[in-house]
Amino acid sequence: MRWTEPLRGAGVAAMAGAIVLLALVFLGAAPEKHLTVYSIAANYSLPLVQREGRDYVGLLELLEPLGKVNARADGVRWRLRYYREEVDFQAGKSRCRLQGRDTDFPGKFLLENDRGLVPVSSLAVLLPKILGGPVTLHEESERLFVGSISIHFTASLSADNPPRLVFNFTGPVNPGVSTEPGSLRLAFTRDPVVSPASPTLTFGSKAIPSATFSEGNGIAVVVVNSTVPVMASFSNDRRTISITQTSGAVAQNAAPATAAGTTPAVPTAPATPAANNASNASRRYFAVVDASHGGDDHGETLSTTLLEKDVTVVLARSLRQELESRGITTLVLRDSDANLSVDQRAVFANADHAAIYIAVHAASHGPGVRIYTAMLPYGDDDHGPFRSWTTAQRGALPFSQTAASAVSAELQKRQISVRMLAAPLRPLNNLTGAAIGLEVAPSGADLTQLTAPDYQQLVTSAVATAIAAVHDQLGGAP
Amino acid sequence: MRVAPEIPRQFLISLAVLVVALAGMSMYAWRMRKAVVGTPAAANDTRPLAPPVAGPTERVVLFVAHDEDGSLRGESAQIPMPSGRQQRAEELLRALLSIYLDKSSPHPLGAGAEVRSVFLVDPGVAVIDLNSAFADTHRSGVLVEELTIASLIHTVSVNTPDIMKVRILVDGKERDTLAGHADLSSFYEVSAVNQLAVQLQAAQ
Repeated sequence: MRWTEPLRGAGVAAMAGAIVLLALVFLGAAPEKHLTVYSIAANYSLPLVQREGRDYVGLLELLEPLGKVNARADGVRWRLRYYREEVDFQAGKSRCRLQGRDTDFPGKFLLENDRGLVPVSSLAVLLPKILGGPVTLHEESERLFVGSISIHFTASLSADNPPRLVFNFTGPVNPGVSTEPGSLRLAFTRDPVVSPASPTLTFGSKAIPSATFSEGNGIAVVVVNSTVPVMASFSNDRRTISITQTSGAVAQNAAPATAAGTTPAVPTAPATPAANNASNASRRYFAVVDASHGGDDHGETLSTTLLEKDVTVVLARSLRQELESRGITTLVLRDSDANLSVDQRAVFANADHAAIYIAVHAASHGPGVRIYTAMLPYGDDDHGPFRSWTTAQRGALPFSQTAASAVSAELQKRQISVRMLAAPLRPLNNLTGAAIGLEVAPSGADLTQLTAPDYQQLVTSAVATAIAAVHDQLGGAP
Repeated sequence: MRVAPEIPRQFLISLAVLVVALAGMSMYAWRMRKAVVGTPAAANDTRPLAPPVAGPTERVVLFVAHDEDGSLRGESAQIPMPSGRQQRAEELLRALLSIYLDKSSPHPLGAGAEVRSVFLVDPGVAVIDLNSAFADTHRSGVLVEELTIASLIHTVSVNTPDIMKVRILVDGKERDTLAGHADLSSFYEVSAVNQLAVQLQAAQ
């Protein structure tokens, strides 16, 4: 056949059609989903695959950066070994053999070409047992936090003129900064930054009225809304980001202020560090707030629709916000619906040398707030440098009582009914620093008060004020 | 012709006595069997045993939890008390539970809650063994669980001298918590519980 004009035209048309079709396919395709993993060992992203309407991830690939792991397929069985921990999976089953016991998890285990795939939602169940520590999964946003790795932040508007918005982070951060008219965007692709108590922060300023936190597809984003051009500058070893209004001259010289697109942020001379008077160099957080219960442990069933474990998380986040706004670095031990044993909670708080540990409980019967310090069990004495686990709190009990008294006084000032008691409540007796438990109940018979933000804030702000007031008296806790 | 030898008379008498004895034992065994068959109904009854109605009574102090104000109140009671130290401790707790299981209970426990036994081991150790219904139906909460623990231990220790530490088991086994909060994994120091009881009595 000869290459005639009509044929050439048809060929060109067919090729153009194919290119358009390919372009449509690529442009229309959903972006590849990723799971971002944050850990002390490494921060990394893994591709997710869709199976049976769920997001799946390769378990071996997930664990490889975290430690010594291997896996072996044998027919429909798949055996994974992480250090000494062995897990037996079976293709198509939603149960595995772990720590010598059957463990159920959401979704089914899949075996594809000897590659073991587990649903992302199952990681909250499986990983704490395999890794032997707390794991927090933000399933909706595909972010996984292994250990106490989260970076929290506070935002406050300074009284300078023009006003300056200051973000204080509990660890160094390195976000991508981009601006567009009306907003400045900080994108945290490799930093385990987590949400403040409320995702929307308002500042009562015309120039910088608000900021919002969001997370999705493995990335956390803070968007600062502004009515004027603003720029970001870093200080305090990249733990502080200041958002300032650009002057006309600065606006011309500082590309980040007005240029669209991602630009590197501008480090400046270190500013005064955020208030953190923790004397112990190994201390990462001054306060550890523990949302009690979680996972399979519901705590008290407060009503047909309200579980204690859900209320404690909200209260703990609110308390963190209140403490950090007073310059007290705070870690929320359980920031999701994870299983965490009382021993694990004590180990993390002790390892951090936190000056104070606050366990948060909720109760249907009030009135008000009950504050507990440890009632020590009958236990062995310490042996030389080794402390008895069951009575580890003994030396720090005076600090705990100081904190409890201060919290009690502050709650009374705010007309909240309060009671101080000793209690056989673990892990208070296992903590080596000051440790108190709070049991928050409604002030009357109305149980909905427990979920009311104003009541929660009334309680948590009182607790935070009291802790800030005795801050220096707790620092000496062992 | 051969004549069959005659059966000795004494042999016949012995045989008759044996047959009568066998019949008597059969009847006795039949009656015993009926009695045993009737027993399980009583064993499955999970209601607490009432204190014995017979025997000498004694005035004791029971420390009763009150949910309305979260207090522990000493209440005098006249109850029949056996002479054995261990049995006395059991009767004390059964009397206490009969208050908690009453319709007008100031601190309700779940149906079937029972103290299985109390063991006193020298020197100064008491072990209170609760049944699973006690723990499984107990309400969850720091204060409500603490009130129960303090009530049990303080009642036993005040009325039984020389007890220094108390362990609480459920169905004879160790358990982490009573209902999610109060620790059951260790021995309670009686002096610490006494201090707690003072705090709880101050709430009145």
